[in-house]
Amino acid sequence: MAAQPAAGAGKTLKFAIPLAIFVGLCVFLAIGLTRDPREIPSPFIGKAAPDFTLTRLHQPEAKFTPAEMKGKVWLLNVWASWCVSCRVEHPVLNEMSRRGIVPIVGLNYKDARADATRWLDQHGNPYSLSVWDGDGKVGIDYGVYGAPETFVIDKQGVIRYKQIGPITPEVLEKKLLPLLAQLNS
Amino acid sequence: MKRFLLALLLAFAGFAAWGQATEVAHPDIAVENRLKAIAHELRCLVCQNQTIADSNAPLAVDLRNQVRGMIASGKSDDEIRAYMVQRYGDFVLYKPPFNAVTAFLWVGPALLIALGFAVMFAMFRRRKALAEAAPAPDESRRREIESLLAGDEPKAGR
Repeated sequence: MAAQPAAGAGKTLKFAIPLAIFVGLCVFLAIGLTRDPREIPSPFIGKAAPDFTLTRLHQPEAKFTPAEMKGKVWLLNVWASWCVSCRVEHPVLNEMSRRGIVPIVGLNYKDARADATRWLDQHGNPYSLSVWDGDGKVGIDYGVYGAPETFVIDKQGVIRYKQIGPITPEVLEKKLLPLLAQLNS
Repeated sequence: MKRFLLALLLAFAGFAAWGQATEVAHPDIAVENRLKAIAHELRCLVCQNQTIADSNAPLAVDLRNQVRGMIASGKSDDEIRAYMVQRYGDFVLYKPPFNAVTAFLWVGPALLIALGFAVMFAMFRRRKALAEAAPAPDESRRREIESLLAGDEPKAGR
């Protein structure tokens, strides 16, 4: 029959198309598996850090606003004494503080002052200062949904990076240090 | 034993209601109804498959209170949604907006259906062309087919 060669090509195609779709699907799913659904791209990157005025953790009568850090590259680290992952991150922050890499301001999120200061006494205090956000209102303004979170803020007060979850030594080496060097230059 | 367990269950059942009641001391029905409608469209970021209406996570409670405050101060639903998107991104909306990132998500299903129909029509047309191109059966073959259709066993038998 005249249609024979065409039918042969059709058969190869019939086999190849579903295979291609299947392989494509596998690639998509494989990429999906490697991504952390908790890491949501922050809408704050490249925008000015939201302003706030909060009292300091250790001096409830003294205030702090982000404007005080203008001209410096700094980190805003969201932490709490009830936050389990913050314990994982804390040695890295202590190390950063010891090496004097960057000023770190702590945002003590939905915590009791007494618990927070005791926690710092136990685990060390890497912060230039901590501010106390007892009701979590400033946390909402920064889109915080799971401590620890860390914002890298540049000299102009613009948020350049957000780390969701603990800063691991790997994150520090591969992301934070190069970014800080670039922002400080 | 069963009775004791039932009593225990009932004793603790009350706590659930108690937990609900503590969120606001004197709920305003109009505010609560609007809150319910908005909160059902907003994702709780701590427990991602729940809305902030369903979730009991501390952040969901805070956000519900935030929405309550905004409703009370006369903000529109769109303003409240914009407030949430500004902080948490489009991800917070259960009904994502149509933009460059979500275009494939919205258009994809329609494209797939269109593709399905296109393949179906192509197959119909090919089948029709094949049927027309097939040689007409000759007389003896036609008789055999007719007898088969009439229910006679084929001669070779099975």
